[in-house]
Amino acid sequence: MRETSLKMVHELAKKDPRVVFVGSDLGAGALDAMRKEMPERFFMEGVSEAAIIGMAAGLAMDGYIPYVNTIATFITRRCYEQVAVDLCLHNLPVRLIANGGGMVYAPLGPTHMAIEDIAIMRALPNMSVVAVADAEEMKRFMAATLDHPSPIYIRLAKGGDPVVTRPEHGFTLGKAIELKAPGRIGFITTGVMASRALAASEIMAKTNTHAGVLHMPSVKPLDEAAVLALAGKVEKLVTVEEHSRIGGIGSAVAELLVDKNVRTPLLRLALPDHFPEDYGSQEHLLEQAGLSPAAIAEAAAR
Amino acid sequence: MTAPVADSSSTAAGLDERSRYLRTLVIDALEGGGRGHVGAALSLIEIVRVLYDDILKVRPNEPRWPDRDRLILSKGHGCLGLYALLADKGFVTMEDLRKQCRPGALLGGHPEIRIPGVEASTGALGHGLAIGVGLALAARMQKRPSRVYVIMGDGESNEGSVWEAALMASKHKLANLTVLLDYNKMQSYGTVPDVLPLEPLADKFKAFGFGVAEVDGHDVNDLRRVLKALPVDPAKPTAVICHTVKGRGIAVCEHSAAWHHKARLPPDQAAALRKELMGG
Repeated sequence: MRETSLKMVHELAKKDPRVVFVGSDLGAGALDAMRKEMPERFFMEGVSEAAIIGMAAGLAMDGYIPYVNTIATFITRRCYEQVAVDLCLHNLPVRLIANGGGMVYAPLGPTHMAIEDIAIMRALPNMSVVAVADAEEMKRFMAATLDHPSPIYIRLAKGGDPVVTRPEHGFTLGKAIELKAPGRIGFITTGVMASRALAASEIMAKTNTHAGVLHMPSVKPLDEAAVLALAGKVEKLVTVEEHSRIGGIGSAVAELLVDKNVRTPLLRLALPDHFPEDYGSQEHLLEQAGLSPAAIAEAAAR
Repeated sequence: MTAPVADSSSTAAGLDERSRYLRTLVIDALEGGGRGHVGAALSLIEIVRVLYDDILKVRPNEPRWPDRDRLILSKGHGCLGLYALLADKGFVTMEDLRKQCRPGALLGGHPEIRIPGVEASTGALGHGLAIGVGLALAARMQKRPSRVYVIMGDGESNEGSVWEAALMASKHKLANLTVLLDYNKMQSYGTVPDVLPLEPLADKFKAFGFGVAEVDGHDVNDLRRVLKALPVDPAKPTAVICHTVKGRGIAVCEHSAAWHHKARLPPDQAAALRKELMGG
Protein backbone atom coordinates (compact mmCIF):
# COMPACT_ATOMS: atom_id res chain seq x y z
CA MET A 1 0.00 0.00 0.00
CA ARG A 2 2.82 2.40 0.86
CA GLU A 3 4.73 1.48 -2.24
CA THR A 4 1.60 1.85 -4.34
CA SER A 5 0.91 5.22 -2.79
CA LEU A 6 4.41 6.55 -3.54
CA LYS A 7 4.43 5.08 -7.04
CA MET A 8 1.16 6.84 -7.66
CA VAL A 9 2.74 10.16 -6.63
CA HIS A 10 5.28 9.58 -9.39
CA GLU A 11 2.53 8.65 -11.86
CA LEU A 12 0.54 11.75 -10.95
CA ALA A 13 3.67 13.88 -11.27
CA LYS A 14 4.18 12.58 -14.81
CA LYS A 15 0.69 13.72 -15.72
CA ASP A 16 0.58 16.98 -13.81
CA PRO A 17 3.43 19.47 -13.43
CA ARG A 18 1.91 20.80 -10.20
CA VAL A 19 2.71 17.59 -8.29
CA VAL A 20 5.78 17.64 -6.03
CA PHE A 21 7.02 15.11 -3.50
CA VAL A 22 8.43 16.04 -0.09
CA GLY A 23 9.94 13.35 2.12
CA SER A 24 11.33 13.68 5.62
CA ASP A 25 14.56 11.66 5.67
CA LEU A 26 12.87 8.51 4.37
CA GLY A 27 14.61 5.17 3.87
CA ALA A 28 17.40 5.14 1.28
CA GLY A 29 16.10 4.74 -2.26
CA ALA A 30 12.57 5.90 -1.53
CA LEU A 31 10.87 6.91 -4.76
CA ASP A 32 14.20 6.84 -6.61
CA ALA A 33 12.52 6.63 -10.00
CA MET A 34 10.86 9.99 -9.46
CA ARG A 35 14.03 11.53 -8.05
CA LYS A 36 15.93 10.51 -11.17
CA GLU A 37 13.26 11.51 -13.64
CA MET A 38 12.25 14.85 -12.13
CA PRO A 39 14.73 15.93 -9.46
CA GLU A 40 13.34 19.46 -9.45
CA ARG A 41 10.05 18.17 -8.06
CA PHE A 42 11.53 15.68 -5.60
CA PHE A 43 12.49 17.06 -2.19
CA MET A 44 14.13 14.93 0.46
CA GLU A 45 14.38 17.15 3.48
CA GLY A 46 15.64 16.53 6.98
CA VAL A 47 13.98 15.30 10.15
CA SER A 48 12.16 18.60 10.56
CA GLU A 49 8.45 18.00 10.19
CA ALA A 50 7.31 21.46 11.31
CA ALA A 51 9.38 23.24 8.67
CA ILE A 52 8.50 20.69 6.01
CA ILE A 53 4.79 21.32 6.48
CA GLY A 54 5.41 25.06 6.25
CA MET A 55 7.49 24.60 3.12
CA ALA A 56 4.75 22.45 1.57
CA ALA A 57 2.25 25.18 2.42
CA GLY A 58 4.41 27.78 0.68
CA LEU A 59 4.69 25.60 -2.41
CA ALA A 60 0.93 25.03 -2.43
CA MET A 61 0.23 28.77 -2.08
CA ASP A 62 1.94 29.24 -5.42
CA GLY A 63 0.23 26.48 -7.32
CA TYR A 64 1.95 23.21 -6.44
CA ILE A 65 0.31 20.07 -5.04
CA PRO A 66 2.78 18.70 -2.49
CA TYR A 67 2.58 15.06 -1.37
CA VAL A 68 4.41 14.90 1.95
CA ASN A 69 5.51 11.58 3.39
CA THR A 70 6.85 10.38 6.72
CA ILE A 71 5.83 8.22 9.66
CA ALA A 72 2.26 8.77 10.87
CA THR A 73 3.08 9.79 14.44
CA PHE A 74 5.58 12.40 13.28
CA ILE A 75 3.47 13.93 10.52
CA THR A 76 0.59 14.40 12.96
CA ARG A 77 1.81 14.93 16.52
CA ARG A 78 5.11 16.64 15.82
CA CYS A 79 3.78 19.37 13.57
CA TYR A 80 0.14 19.60 14.57
CA GLU A 81 0.13 23.38 14.71
CA GLN A 82 1.70 23.62 11.26
CA VAL A 83 -0.88 21.20 9.89
CA ALA A 84 -3.68 23.19 11.56
CA VAL A 85 -2.51 26.69 10.65
CA ASP A 86 -0.36 26.38 7.53
CA LEU A 87 -2.44 23.72 5.77
CA CYS A 88 -5.97 23.74 7.19
CA LEU A 89 -6.46 27.44 8.00
CA HIS A 90 -5.06 28.35 4.56
CA ASN A 91 -7.04 25.46 3.07
CA LEU A 92 -4.23 24.30 0.80
CA PRO A 93 -4.06 21.17 -1.40
CA VAL A 94 -1.30 19.38 0.50
CA ARG A 95 -1.46 15.59 0.97
CA LEU A 96 0.00 13.98 4.07
CA ILE A 97 1.00 10.38 3.43
CA ALA A 98 1.38 8.77 6.84
CA ASN A 99 3.33 5.54 7.12
CA GLY A 100 2.25 2.99 9.67
CA GLY A 101 -1.23 3.96 10.81
CA GLY A 102 -2.32 2.06 13.92
CA MET A 103 -0.12 -0.76 15.21
CA VAL A 104 2.05 -1.28 12.10
CA TYR A 105 5.22 -0.33 13.95
CA ALA A 106 4.45 -2.71 16.83
CA PRO A 107 8.07 -3.80 17.38
CA LEU A 108 9.20 -0.18 17.64
CA GLY A 109 7.00 0.71 20.56
CA PRO A 110 4.54 3.45 21.47
CA THR A 111 6.50 6.41 20.02
CA HIS A 112 5.87 4.93 16.57
CA MET A 113 2.31 3.66 16.87
CA ALA A 114 -0.31 6.07 15.56
CA ILE A 115 -3.36 5.30 17.66
CA GLU A 116 -4.98 8.76 17.69
CA ASP A 117 -3.99 10.15 14.28
CA ILE A 118 -7.49 9.93 12.83
CA ALA A 119 -8.96 11.71 15.85
CA ILE A 120 -6.62 14.67 15.79
CA MET A 121 -6.66 15.06 12.01
CA ARG A 122 -10.44 14.71 11.89
CA ALA A 123 -10.83 17.56 14.37
CA LEU A 124 -9.24 20.06 11.98
CA PRO A 125 -11.52 22.11 9.70
CA ASN A 126 -10.91 21.59 5.96
CA MET A 127 -8.95 18.36 6.52
CA SER A 128 -10.12 15.12 4.92
CA VAL A 129 -9.07 11.81 6.47
CA VAL A 130 -8.70 8.70 4.34
CA ALA A 131 -7.72 5.13 5.19
CA VAL A 132 -8.13 2.78 2.25
CA ALA A 133 -8.48 -0.98 2.60
CA ASP A 134 -5.91 -2.26 0.13
CA ALA A 135 -3.36 -1.35 -2.53
CA GLU A 136 -5.88 -1.52 -5.37
CA GLU A 137 -8.14 0.96 -3.64
CA MET A 138 -5.06 3.10 -2.97
CA LYS A 139 -4.50 3.41 -6.74
CA ARG A 140 -8.06 4.56 -7.32
CA PHE A 141 -7.94 6.93 -4.36
CA MET A 142 -4.61 8.53 -5.28
CA ALA A 143 -5.88 9.26 -8.77
CA ALA A 144 -8.82 11.07 -7.15
CA THR A 145 -6.57 13.29 -4.97
CA LEU A 146 -5.20 15.43 -7.75
CA ASP A 147 -7.85 18.10 -7.94
CA HIS A 148 -9.16 18.13 -4.39
CA PRO A 149 -8.68 21.76 -3.29
CA SER A 150 -8.05 21.06 0.41
CA PRO A 151 -5.62 19.07 2.58
CA ILE A 152 -5.94 15.28 2.88
CA TYR A 153 -4.51 13.01 5.57
CA ILE A 154 -3.73 9.60 4.08
CA ARG A 155 -3.29 6.77 6.58
CA LEU A 156 -1.22 3.89 5.30
CA ALA A 157 -1.35 0.30 6.52
CA LYS A 158 1.45 -2.24 6.67
CA GLY A 159 1.34 -3.38 3.08
CA GLY A 160 0.54 -6.75 1.55
CA ASP A 161 -2.97 -6.32 2.86
CA PRO A 162 -5.68 -8.62 1.43
CA VAL A 163 -7.43 -7.01 -1.54
CA VAL A 164 -11.09 -6.71 -0.66
CA THR A 165 -12.20 -3.84 -2.89
CA ARG A 166 -12.99 -4.14 -6.59
CA PRO A 167 -12.51 -1.81 -9.55
CA GLU A 168 -16.25 -1.23 -9.84
CA HIS A 169 -16.22 0.32 -6.36
CA GLY A 170 -14.28 3.26 -7.77
CA PHE A 171 -13.35 5.98 -5.34
CA THR A 172 -15.18 9.12 -4.36
CA LEU A 173 -14.06 11.13 -1.35
CA GLY A 174 -16.84 10.98 1.22
CA LYS A 175 -18.47 7.87 -0.20
CA ALA A 176 -18.77 4.58 1.66
CA ILE A 177 -18.39 1.22 -0.08
CA GLU A 178 -20.64 -1.72 0.69
CA LEU A 179 -18.42 -4.80 0.67
CA LYS A 180 -21.12 -7.12 1.95
CA ALA A 181 -24.86 -6.54 2.22
CA PRO A 182 -26.13 -6.17 5.77
CA GLY A 183 -27.98 -8.82 7.74
CA ARG A 184 -29.02 -8.48 11.36
CA ILE A 185 -25.71 -6.77 12.02
CA GLY A 186 -23.87 -4.09 10.08
CA PHE A 187 -20.13 -3.65 10.44
CA ILE A 188 -18.71 -0.21 9.70
CA THR A 189 -14.95 -0.22 9.19
CA THR A 190 -12.15 1.95 7.97
CA GLY A 191 -8.76 1.03 6.52
CA VAL A 192 -7.61 -2.57 6.64
CA MET A 193 -10.22 -3.49 9.25
CA ALA A 194 -12.52 -4.12 6.30
CA SER A 195 -10.89 -7.48 5.64
CA ARG A 196 -11.12 -8.42 9.32
CA ALA A 197 -14.80 -7.55 9.47
CA LEU A 198 -15.35 -9.61 6.32
CA ALA A 199 -13.53 -12.54 7.97
CA ALA A 200 -15.59 -12.04 11.13
CA SER A 201 -18.78 -12.08 9.08
CA GLU A 202 -17.73 -15.43 7.58
CA ILE A 203 -17.27 -16.84 11.06
CA MET A 204 -20.65 -15.49 12.14
CA ALA A 205 -22.36 -16.92 9.07
CA LYS A 206 -21.56 -20.42 10.37
CA THR A 207 -23.97 -19.79 13.22
CA ASN A 208 -26.47 -18.11 10.92
CA THR A 209 -25.73 -14.64 12.18
CA HIS A 210 -25.60 -12.47 9.12
CA ALA A 211 -23.45 -9.37 9.16
CA GLY A 212 -22.69 -6.94 6.36
CA VAL A 213 -19.64 -4.74 5.94
CA LEU A 214 -19.73 -1.05 5.07
CA HIS A 215 -16.20 0.14 4.39
CA MET A 216 -15.51 3.83 4.97
CA PRO A 217 -12.22 4.74 3.31
CA SER A 218 -13.15 8.33 3.95
CA VAL A 219 -13.58 8.92 7.68
CA LYS A 220 -13.96 12.61 6.96
CA PRO A 221 -16.03 13.63 5.15
CA LEU A 222 -18.22 10.85 6.50
CA ASP A 223 -20.82 9.29 4.22
CA GLU A 224 -23.65 10.14 6.56
CA ALA A 225 -26.37 8.92 4.21
CA ALA A 226 -24.76 5.48 3.98
CA VAL A 227 -24.44 5.18 7.77
CA LEU A 228 -28.02 6.30 8.37
CA ALA A 229 -29.32 3.94 5.69
CA LEU A 230 -27.46 1.06 7.27
CA ALA A 231 -28.69 2.04 10.74
CA GLY A 232 -32.24 1.76 9.42
CA LYS A 233 -31.70 -1.79 8.18
CA VAL A 234 -29.87 -3.58 11.00
CA GLU A 235 -30.46 -4.49 14.63
CA LYS A 236 -26.96 -3.43 15.61
CA LEU A 237 -24.11 -1.42 14.19
CA VAL A 238 -20.56 -2.50 15.00
CA THR A 239 -17.66 -0.18 14.20
CA VAL A 240 -14.20 -1.74 13.89
CA GLU A 241 -11.02 0.31 13.77
CA GLU A 242 -7.31 0.08 14.44
CA HIS A 243 -7.43 3.33 16.38
CA SER A 244 -8.19 4.65 19.83
CA ARG A 245 -11.84 4.38 20.75
CA ILE A 246 -11.70 8.16 21.16
CA GLY A 247 -12.22 10.15 18.01
CA GLY A 248 -12.09 7.59 15.21
CA ILE A 249 -14.73 6.05 12.97
CA GLY A 250 -16.66 4.74 16.00
CA SER A 251 -16.86 8.23 17.43
CA ALA A 252 -17.83 9.68 14.06
CA VAL A 253 -20.69 7.18 13.73
CA ALA A 254 -21.79 7.72 17.35
CA GLU A 255 -21.84 11.49 16.87
CA LEU A 256 -23.94 11.13 13.74
CA LEU A 257 -26.45 8.77 15.38
CA VAL A 258 -26.86 11.10 18.36
CA ASP A 259 -27.18 14.17 16.14
CA LYS A 260 -29.88 12.49 14.07
CA ASN A 261 -31.61 10.91 17.07
CA VAL A 262 -31.16 7.42 15.62
CA ARG A 263 -31.49 4.75 18.32
CA THR A 264 -29.87 1.78 16.57
CA PRO A 265 -27.56 0.08 19.12
CA LEU A 266 -23.89 0.70 18.43
CA LEU A 267 -20.93 -1.40 19.53
CA ARG A 268 -17.53 0.21 19.06
CA LEU A 269 -14.58 -2.13 18.69
CA ALA A 270 -11.33 -0.19 18.84
CA LEU A 271 -8.03 0.16 20.66
CA PRO A 272 -8.22 0.98 24.37
CA ASP A 273 -7.42 4.46 25.65
CA HIS A 274 -3.85 3.75 26.67
CA PHE A 275 -0.46 3.65 25.00
CA PRO A 276 0.50 0.22 23.66
CA GLU A 277 2.64 -1.54 26.25
CA ASP A 278 3.78 -4.62 24.37
CA TYR A 279 5.93 -5.35 21.33
CA GLY A 280 5.80 -8.27 18.92
CA SER A 281 3.78 -8.02 15.74
CA GLN A 282 0.88 -5.83 14.67
CA GLU A 283 -1.20 -9.01 14.60
CA HIS A 284 -0.22 -9.76 18.19
CA LEU A 285 -1.23 -6.31 19.43
CA LEU A 286 -4.50 -6.40 17.49
CA GLU A 287 -5.33 -9.74 19.08
CA GLN A 288 -4.61 -8.26 22.50
CA ALA A 289 -7.04 -5.46 21.69
CA GLY A 290 -9.77 -7.91 20.68
CA LEU A 291 -9.50 -7.13 16.99
CA SER A 292 -8.82 -10.61 15.61
CA PRO A 293 -11.59 -11.81 13.27
CA ALA A 294 -12.68 -14.39 15.87
CA ALA A 295 -12.83 -11.82 18.66
CA ILE A 296 -14.68 -9.35 16.43
CA ALA A 297 -17.19 -12.06 15.50
CA GLU A 298 -17.71 -13.05 19.11
CA ALA A 299 -18.17 -9.49 20.34
CA ALA A 300 -20.50 -8.57 17.48
CA ALA A 301 -22.72 -11.62 17.96
CA ARG A 302 -22.98 -11.22 21.70
CA MET B 1 24.81 41.55 29.48
CA THR B 2 22.43 44.01 27.89
CA ALA B 3 22.11 43.65 24.14
CA PRO B 4 22.81 46.76 22.07
CA VAL B 5 19.86 48.95 21.16
CA ALA B 6 19.34 50.80 17.91
CA ASP B 7 20.75 54.13 18.97
CA SER B 8 21.02 56.24 22.03
CA SER B 9 18.15 58.51 21.09
CA SER B 10 14.62 57.52 21.80
CA THR B 11 11.03 58.67 21.44
CA ALA B 12 10.01 60.46 18.28
CA ALA B 13 13.01 62.76 18.20
CA GLY B 14 15.03 60.89 15.63
CA LEU B 15 12.11 60.06 13.36
CA ASP B 16 11.12 61.96 10.23
CA GLU B 17 7.63 63.13 9.46
CA ARG B 18 6.57 60.04 7.52
CA SER B 19 7.67 57.71 10.27
CA ARG B 20 5.74 59.79 12.78
CA TYR B 21 2.66 59.88 10.55
CA LEU B 22 2.69 56.09 10.14
CA ARG B 23 2.81 55.77 13.91
CA THR B 24 -0.30 57.92 14.20
CA LEU B 25 -2.04 55.32 12.02
CA VAL B 26 -1.09 52.68 14.59
CA ILE B 27 -2.64 54.88 17.28
CA ASP B 28 -5.78 55.26 15.11
CA ALA B 29 -6.06 51.48 14.84
CA LEU B 30 -5.40 50.99 18.52
CA GLU B 31 -7.97 53.57 19.52
CA GLY B 32 -10.58 52.36 17.05
CA GLY B 33 -10.16 48.68 17.74
CA GLY B 34 -9.62 49.03 21.45
CA ARG B 35 -6.61 46.76 21.58
CA GLY B 36 -3.38 45.79 19.91
CA HIS B 37 0.26 44.80 20.25
CA VAL B 38 1.61 48.32 20.20
CA GLY B 39 5.23 47.78 21.14
CA ALA B 40 5.87 45.26 18.38
CA ALA B 41 4.11 47.42 15.78
CA LEU B 42 6.15 50.51 16.64
CA SER B 43 9.46 48.68 16.51
CA LEU B 44 8.92 47.50 12.94
CA ILE B 45 7.42 50.63 11.36
CA GLU B 46 10.59 51.63 9.50
CA ILE B 47 11.10 48.04 8.30
CA VAL B 48 7.65 47.87 6.66
CA ARG B 49 7.89 51.50 5.55
CA VAL B 50 11.11 50.96 3.61
CA LEU B 51 9.86 47.65 2.21
CA TYR B 52 6.62 49.17 0.88
CA ASP B 53 8.08 52.55 -0.14
CA ASP B 54 11.28 51.39 -1.78
CA ILE B 55 11.67 47.64 -2.13
CA LEU B 56 8.57 45.50 -2.61
CA LYS B 57 7.21 44.99 -6.11
CA VAL B 58 3.51 44.83 -5.31
CA ARG B 59 0.30 46.22 -6.80
CA PRO B 60 -2.36 47.45 -4.36
CA ASN B 61 -4.99 47.24 -7.11
CA GLU B 62 -3.91 43.69 -8.01
CA PRO B 63 -2.82 42.12 -4.72
CA ARG B 64 -2.47 38.59 -6.17
CA TRP B 65 -0.35 39.68 -9.16
CA PRO B 66 1.72 36.49 -9.75
CA ASP B 67 5.09 38.20 -10.13
CA ARG B 68 4.75 40.23 -6.94
CA ASP B 69 7.22 40.01 -4.13
CA ARG B 70 5.93 38.14 -1.10
CA LEU B 71 6.05 39.61 2.40
CA ILE B 72 5.13 37.48 5.39
CA LEU B 73 4.79 39.14 8.77
CA SER B 74 5.75 36.04 10.69
CA LYS B 75 5.58 37.92 13.98
CA GLY B 76 1.89 38.40 13.30
CA HIS B 77 1.30 40.31 16.53
CA GLY B 78 3.12 43.25 14.94
CA CYS B 79 0.23 43.57 12.50
CA LEU B 80 -0.75 47.15 13.39
CA GLY B 81 2.50 48.22 11.77
CA LEU B 82 1.69 46.20 8.67
CA TYR B 83 -1.90 47.45 8.61
CA ALA B 84 -0.65 51.06 8.75
CA LEU B 85 1.29 50.45 5.51
CA LEU B 86 -1.52 48.45 3.88
CA ALA B 87 -3.88 51.36 4.58
CA ASP B 88 -1.33 53.96 3.51
CA LYS B 89 -0.76 52.14 0.21
CA GLY B 90 -4.44 51.49 -0.44
CA PHE B 91 -4.62 47.71 0.00
CA VAL B 92 -7.21 48.41 2.71
CA THR B 93 -9.04 51.58 3.72
CA MET B 94 -8.41 53.90 6.63
CA GLU B 95 -11.85 52.90 7.85
CA ASP B 96 -10.76 49.25 7.85
CA LEU B 97 -7.79 50.30 9.94
CA ARG B 98 -9.91 52.10 12.53
CA LYS B 99 -12.29 49.13 12.82
CA GLN B 100 -9.62 46.51 13.45
CA CYS B 101 -10.68 43.79 15.86
CA ARG B 102 -14.31 44.90 15.90
CA PRO B 103 -17.14 42.53 14.91
CA GLY B 104 -17.28 42.20 11.14
CA ALA B 105 -13.90 43.90 10.64
CA LEU B 106 -11.57 43.01 7.78
CA LEU B 107 -8.53 43.39 10.03
CA GLY B 108 -8.06 41.34 13.18
CA GLY B 109 -5.50 40.99 15.92
CA HIS B 110 -3.25 38.97 13.62
CA PRO B 111 -2.93 39.12 9.81
CA GLU B 112 -5.21 36.85 7.82
CA ILE B 113 -4.83 35.59 4.27
CA ARG B 114 -8.18 37.13 3.28
CA ILE B 115 -6.76 40.65 3.73
CA PRO B 116 -5.54 42.15 0.42
CA GLY B 117 -1.75 42.29 0.57
CA VAL B 118 -1.38 39.62 3.25
CA GLU B 119 0.35 36.44 2.07
CA ALA B 120 -0.13 34.19 5.09
CA SER B 121 -2.19 34.01 8.23
CA THR B 122 0.24 34.34 11.10
CA GLY B 123 0.10 34.77 14.82
CA ALA B 124 1.32 31.36 15.87
CA LEU B 125 5.06 32.03 15.97
CA GLY B 126 7.72 30.20 14.01
CA HIS B 127 5.67 29.48 10.88
CA GLY B 128 6.61 32.26 8.46
CA LEU B 129 10.14 31.31 7.53
CA ALA B 130 9.21 27.75 6.52
CA ILE B 131 6.34 29.07 4.41
CA GLY B 132 8.81 31.56 2.95
CA VAL B 133 11.10 28.67 2.02
CA GLY B 134 8.24 27.11 0.06
CA LEU B 135 7.37 30.43 -1.63
CA ALA B 136 11.00 31.05 -2.56
CA LEU B 137 11.36 27.54 -3.98
CA ALA B 138 8.14 28.01 -5.97
CA ALA B 139 9.40 31.33 -7.38
CA ARG B 140 12.63 29.68 -8.46
CA MET B 141 10.90 26.65 -10.00
CA GLN B 142 8.47 28.91 -11.85
CA LYS B 143 11.31 31.23 -12.93
CA ARG B 144 9.53 34.21 -11.42
CA PRO B 145 11.52 37.25 -10.27
CA SER B 146 9.56 37.39 -7.01
CA ARG B 147 11.58 37.89 -3.87
CA VAL B 148 10.34 36.63 -0.51
CA TYR B 149 10.65 38.67 2.69
CA VAL B 150 9.88 37.31 6.14
CA ILE B 151 9.70 39.64 9.14
CA MET B 152 10.42 37.71 12.31
CA GLY B 153 10.67 38.65 15.95
CA ASP B 154 13.41 37.96 18.45
CA GLY B 155 11.03 36.20 20.81
CA GLU B 156 9.77 34.26 17.82
CA SER B 157 13.30 33.03 17.23
CA ASN B 158 12.91 30.91 20.37
CA GLU B 159 10.91 28.51 18.20
CA GLY B 160 12.80 25.49 16.91
CA SER B 161 10.87 25.55 13.64
CA VAL B 162 12.64 28.84 12.78
CA TRP B 163 15.97 27.07 12.82
CA GLU B 164 14.67 24.03 10.96
CA ALA B 165 13.52 26.38 8.22
CA ALA B 166 16.83 28.26 8.32
CA LEU B 167 18.67 25.00 7.62
CA MET B 168 16.38 24.31 4.68
CA ALA B 169 16.74 27.83 3.26
CA SER B 170 20.49 27.40 3.38
CA LYS B 171 20.43 23.90 1.86
CA HIS B 172 18.44 25.19 -1.10
CA LYS B 173 20.61 28.33 -1.42
CA LEU B 174 17.54 30.53 -1.50
CA ALA B 175 19.14 33.82 -2.43
CA ASN B 176 15.64 35.16 -3.19
CA LEU B 177 14.67 34.80 0.48
CA THR B 178 15.34 37.48 3.09
CA VAL B 179 14.68 37.38 6.80
CA LEU B 180 14.22 40.73 8.52
CA LEU B 181 14.64 40.17 12.21
CA ASP B 182 13.01 42.87 14.32
CA TYR B 183 15.52 42.69 17.14
CA ASN B 184 13.99 44.90 19.82
CA LYS B 185 15.39 42.79 22.65
CA MET B 186 12.06 42.58 24.43
CA GLN B 187 9.66 39.69 24.44
CA SER B 188 6.37 39.26 26.23
CA TYR B 189 7.62 38.59 29.75
CA GLY B 190 10.78 40.65 29.74
CA THR B 191 14.07 41.18 27.97
CA VAL B 192 15.42 38.70 25.48
CA PRO B 193 18.65 38.17 27.46
CA ASP B 194 16.57 37.33 30.54
CA VAL B 195 13.98 35.09 28.89
CA LEU B 196 16.10 33.23 26.35
CA PRO B 197 19.35 34.80 25.15
CA LEU B 198 19.89 34.82 21.38
CA GLU B 199 23.41 36.20 21.18
CA PRO B 200 25.52 35.86 19.17
CA LEU B 201 22.58 36.22 16.80
CA ALA B 202 24.41 37.34 13.66
CA ASP B 203 26.89 34.51 14.11
CA LYS B 204 24.04 32.04 14.50
CA PHE B 205 22.57 33.04 11.13
CA LYS B 206 26.03 32.97 9.56
CA ALA B 207 26.58 29.49 10.95
CA PHE B 208 23.21 28.43 9.53
CA GLY B 209 24.37 29.46 6.07
CA PHE B 210 22.94 32.96 5.68
CA GLY B 211 24.49 36.12 4.39
CA VAL B 212 24.03 38.53 7.27
CA ALA B 213 23.72 42.30 7.55
CA GLU B 214 23.05 44.34 10.67
CA VAL B 215 21.25 47.65 10.51
CA ASP B 216 19.67 50.28 12.71
CA GLY B 217 16.07 49.22 12.16
CA HIS B 218 14.79 52.77 12.65
CA ASP B 219 17.22 54.36 10.18
CA VAL B 220 15.45 54.35 6.82
CA ASN B 221 18.67 55.11 4.94
CA ASP B 222 20.48 52.24 6.58
CA LEU B 223 17.57 49.90 5.77
CA ARG B 224 17.43 51.10 2.15
CA ARG B 225 21.16 50.68 1.72
CA VAL B 226 21.01 47.00 2.70
CA LEU B 227 17.67 46.07 1.15
CA LYS B 228 18.51 47.62 -2.22
CA ALA B 229 21.64 45.48 -2.43
CA LEU B 230 20.16 42.05 -1.70
CA PRO B 231 21.22 39.33 -1.46
CA VAL B 232 24.12 39.95 0.88
CA ASP B 233 25.73 36.81 -0.53
CA PRO B 234 24.61 35.74 -4.04
CA ALA B 235 24.50 32.05 -3.14
CA LYS B 236 22.78 32.31 0.24
CA PRO B 237 19.56 33.45 1.86
CA THR B 238 19.92 36.76 3.68
CA ALA B 239 19.26 37.65 7.29
CA VAL B 240 19.01 41.35 8.05
CA ILE B 241 19.20 41.86 11.77
CA CYS B 242 17.36 45.08 12.46
CA HIS B 243 18.29 46.60 15.79
CA THR B 244 15.14 48.28 16.99
CA VAL B 245 13.46 49.67 20.07
CA LYS B 246 10.21 48.15 21.19
CA GLY B 247 7.58 50.88 21.30
CA ARG B 248 9.87 53.31 19.46
CA GLY B 249 8.48 56.78 19.00
CA ILE B 250 6.22 57.02 22.03
CA ALA B 251 8.03 57.54 25.31
CA VAL B 252 5.61 55.62 27.50
CA CYS B 253 5.75 52.56 25.21
CA GLU B 254 9.50 52.29 24.77
CA HIS B 255 11.13 49.24 26.28
CA SER B 256 7.86 48.61 28.07
CA ALA B 257 6.57 45.10 28.66
CA ALA B 258 3.31 46.67 29.82
CA TRP B 259 2.78 48.06 26.30
CA HIS B 260 3.50 44.71 24.61
CA HIS B 261 -0.25 44.38 24.29
CA LYS B 262 -2.48 47.31 25.10
CA ALA B 263 -6.19 47.11 25.71
CA ARG B 264 -8.35 50.22 25.85
CA LEU B 265 -6.91 53.55 24.83
CA PRO B 266 -9.09 56.43 26.06
CA PRO B 267 -9.56 59.26 23.51
CA ASP B 268 -7.63 61.75 25.60
CA GLN B 269 -4.65 59.42 25.84
CA ALA B 270 -4.83 58.72 22.09
CA ALA B 271 -4.86 62.46 21.42
CA ALA B 272 -1.88 62.96 23.72
CA LEU B 273 0.07 60.24 21.92
CA ARG B 274 -0.73 61.81 18.53
CA LYS B 275 0.40 65.17 19.82
CA GLU B 276 3.60 63.65 21.13
CA LEU B 277 4.25 62.13 17.72
CA MET B 278 3.36 65.03 15.49
CA GLY B 279 4.15 67.87 17.86
CA GLY B 280 7.36 66.60 19.36
